[in-house]
Amino acid sequence: MKYVYFPGCSLKSSGMQYEKSLLSVFKKLNVTVEEIEDWNCCGATNYMSINETYAIGITARNLALAEKQGGDEIIAPCAACYMGLLKTQNYVSSDPEIRQNVCKELTKTGLSCQFKIKIRHPLDLLVNIIGIDAIKNAVTNPLKGLKVANYYGCQLIRPISTFDDVYNPQTMDKIAKALGAQTIDWPLKTRCCSGSMTSTMPDIGARMNFEILKDAKSRGAEVVLTACPLCQFNLECFQGKISRQFRENIKMPVMYFTQLMGIAFGIKEKELGLHQMLSPALELSL
Amino acid sequence: MIKKNDEIKIGFYICHCGHNIAGTVDVVAVTEYAARLPYVTVSRDYKYMCSDPGQELIQKDIKEFNLNRIVVASCSPLLHENTFRTATAKAGLNQFYMQMVNIRENDSWVHTDKDMATLKAKDLVRAAIHRVAYHKALEKKSVPVNPDVMILGGGISGITAALTLANAGKKVYLVEKEPTIGGYMAKFDKTFPTLDCAACILTPKMSAVKNHPNITLWSYSEVSNVEGYVGNYKVTVTRKPRYIIEDQCVGCLACIDACIFKEAKFKDEFNEGLSKRKPVYIPFPQATPLVVLIDPATCIHFKTGKCPQSCAKACDRNAFDFNQKPEVKEVEVGTIILSTGFQPFDPHKAPYYGYGKYPNVYTSLEIERLVNASGPTDGHVVTRDGKEPKSIGIIHCVGSRDEKTNKWCSRVCCMYSLKLAHLLKEHSGAEIYNFYIDMRTPGKGYEEFYDKLLNEDVHFIRGRVAEVSDWAISKDEEGKLLIRVEDTMIGVVRRIPVDMVVLAVGLEPGKDAQDIRRIFNISCSNEGFFLERHPKLAPVHTFTDGIFIAGACQGPKDIPDSVAQAGAAAAEALALIDAGHVELEPNTAYIIEERCCGCQVCINMCPYKAITFNAEKSKSSINEALCKGCGTCVASCGSGAIFQNLFDDEEILSEIHGVLVE
Ligand code: SF4
Ligand code: SF4
Repeated sequence: MKYVYFPGCSLKSSGMQYEKSLLSVFKKLNVTVEEIEDWNCCGATNYMSINETYAIGITARNLALAEKQGGDEIIAPCAACYMGLLKTQNYVSSDPEIRQNVCKELTKTGLSCQFKIKIRHPLDLLVNIIGIDAIKNAVTNPLKGLKVANYYGCQLIRPISTFDDVYNPQTMDKIAKALGAQTIDWPLKTRCCSGSMTSTMPDIGARMNFEILKDAKSRGAEVVLTACPLCQFNLECFQGKISRQFRENIKMPVMYFTQLMGIAFGIKEKELGLHQMLSPALELSL
Repeated sequence: MIKKNDEIKIGFYICHCGHNIAGTVDVVAVTEYAARLPYVTVSRDYKYMCSDPGQELIQKDIKEFNLNRIVVASCSPLLHENTFRTATAKAGLNQFYMQMVNIRENDSWVHTDKDMATLKAKDLVRAAIHRVAYHKALEKKSVPVNPDVMILGGGISGITAALTLANAGKKVYLVEKEPTIGGYMAKFDKTFPTLDCAACILTPKMSAVKNHPNITLWSYSEVSNVEGYVGNYKVTVTRKPRYIIEDQCVGCLACIDACIFKEAKFKDEFNEGLSKRKPVYIPFPQATPLVVLIDPATCIHFKTGKCPQSCAKACDRNAFDFNQKPEVKEVEVGTIILSTGFQPFDPHKAPYYGYGKYPNVYTSLEIERLVNASGPTDGHVVTRDGKEPKSIGIIHCVGSRDEKTNKWCSRVCCMYSLKLAHLLKEHSGAEIYNFYIDMRTPGKGYEEFYDKLLNEDVHFIRGRVAEVSDWAISKDEEGKLLIRVEDTMIGVVRRIPVDMVVLAVGLEPGKDAQDIRRIFNISCSNEGFFLERHPKLAPVHTFTDGIFIAGACQGPKDIPDSVAQAGAAAAEALALIDAGHVELEPNTAYIIEERCCGCQVCINMCPYKAITFNAEKSKSSINEALCKGCGTCVASCGSGAIFQNLFDDEEILSEIHGVLVE
């Protein structure tokens, strides 16, 4: 099985800790991935409402490149990239007209695509393929009793989930438990992080994030885990502002699930990007 | 390819069906066209062929012009084949000389281009005129009808049908899979909209069933096989072991007291698990028959073999028999009524409402038991931790009208939610919120009941609830269940904190509906409810003659409708019985013995088990009474030994020729 890897823009910039930690965890578990050469934007923009063919086309280009590189499966860690690729695959395979238009555009750039490649999120890969036992075996530094709130966000498993329960997802919970942590059961695990509203309607964005963080905190969580760079960004960056606005201190480490895995696997902080976090994630590794 | 025979005189009639056909098909053009086809003596169009004057037209022409073949171009034969056959016969002509052409469902309703639709009508008419020339006179055979009736399912529908038939002097076998009859109605506290006590109106009927000399009641029993045909069914019933000899037990309940389990410990089915029972138990005090039973899954004797059997020792009637085995009964009946009911939607399938996760989320049936004076709390409304709720939310349409679960409206939940709102308010005085997406109260007296509730201080919030959680934002929300809903009247998302949530679960086809469908050879609709022959004209008939349906097995239904339908099913069964015999369609298949090579291919092909093999002669033969005329065997016979009345080779080939060649 050849896994090709689609980082998307965030994992190269604001979410680089995700990439670092993901790749070092993969290394520890002997999973080899090969980055797609010359990948482009995943299309998670407003483009869709302006020109559908091109919007799907740019995503399809990534699929075509992955196929060309001989990949059997694409690993897409960002929830938006993951959904975008999945959506493109579904549209193209169910609508012959879209498929024709998209293929025509691809041909112009000398590419072709069968749309057969499987698209996988790392949570799916780690839990359903690599397996919880392998994860348990790699733990050298069990996170005894750490209370974790697993936050999946709204788009990773909805509306189309291929690997987890839509209403009550469990994969991240299983990983956290395998690391020795305790997980909290909370109704907000699939609530929206407000997406780009933190910049367009900051008051609403702040309130949505406040509620998520506050509920996690009131249920005793010591850290919130995410599986998406945008969720991580929204939940972590505005904590100061939120605390002032709602007159409540809601300081809470928000990290990628792969970082917590790294800590439990005994990987060095720098390789996990822990020193680059805004929240005091580092303390957890001590 | 039309038959050369100058004796043949065809009368052709085309129906306007008001605008239904004439709006899309140029009926006058078709009439003129048909008039020029071979052997057509008369060709007429008429506004409503199925009306009396329409039928008389045919009869008059038959006599006046000595017509000996009739073709009617109109609607589906399902609707009116009988009408026109009867009209033909009344004029003294064999009814099988009549052929229908469906130019409504097959033409005018599905096309918009008038020219093309007219062309198609002409093609179809030409085909029928070609075919009808080859029709032969056929006779309907008749078979006697056994007057005994089997009813499957002992809820309110089955009970009603059984009593109606038994009072009419017919022998009835009532088969119920649960240990007692009564169905869901027995679990209800009050019924809407009159707030009658459900038990008070139901239990007298239950005991009437038990005591009726014409009714054989087999509870805790299932049908495992059905053979035969209308008027002559042979049904095999398996009676599950109760480990109690039914006739000996008088329901004194001494055994339950004596059971080695001092405390009741196991989930009580009748109280929806809100109370406990022992391994030897009776479903509820008015159970019918009033006979205890043993649940082998929990009984120590069955689990370990090491029980002193104190229950059996306490029984002074020697009613216990731990070695009882399933008992198989075979009965012959003429007609069958299926009233096997529904099952409530399982709210685990809608996890966002928190059923099974938050203890104070209940189903509507659980609440029926909770508010019931003879229920687990004697009618006191308390949460699972024994507190009195101050606020209660009732969520409508749980598992109904939803693309992700069941798409249909369950028809009773609005009304029973209103009823439960009233009862909960009466019993607890709590604030009650009803969350509805549409309020559907279409029965007699139902809208008035809604009005009554509007004046009872119950809150109504229009909007589909998104979620029930324990996610508290403010202090006063803590420890409460939060209902998140978009209030579509004021256009905002609201959070309503409550102490108790009631899920108004919808109605689904019964768990074993598919098995029953297979055993009785009937059809189901897309949703899985039993399919009636015609939703308006034959609502209690199935496509299998002699098998009728009543109650919620046909679709969600309230008590008045179930009772009405049960009466209708009983009347249809009576009509068959009192006629004494049924006529069989003669369009059956037959085997020309000399040509049959005995390969037996046809036997496995026949879906109705109508073909048997005679080993001595090494030939197959078809039982006319069982044959449904599907034609499968005709097509499968490699020796060309099987033929079918009304579908002879010449008839079919001539029809095809007629469609294709002008
Ligand atoms: S003790 Fe005997 S007679 Fe009395 S209820 Fe039990 S089985 Fe029936
Ligand atoms: S026509 Fe159909 S029902 Fe009749 S014997 Fe043949 S296969 Fe059976």
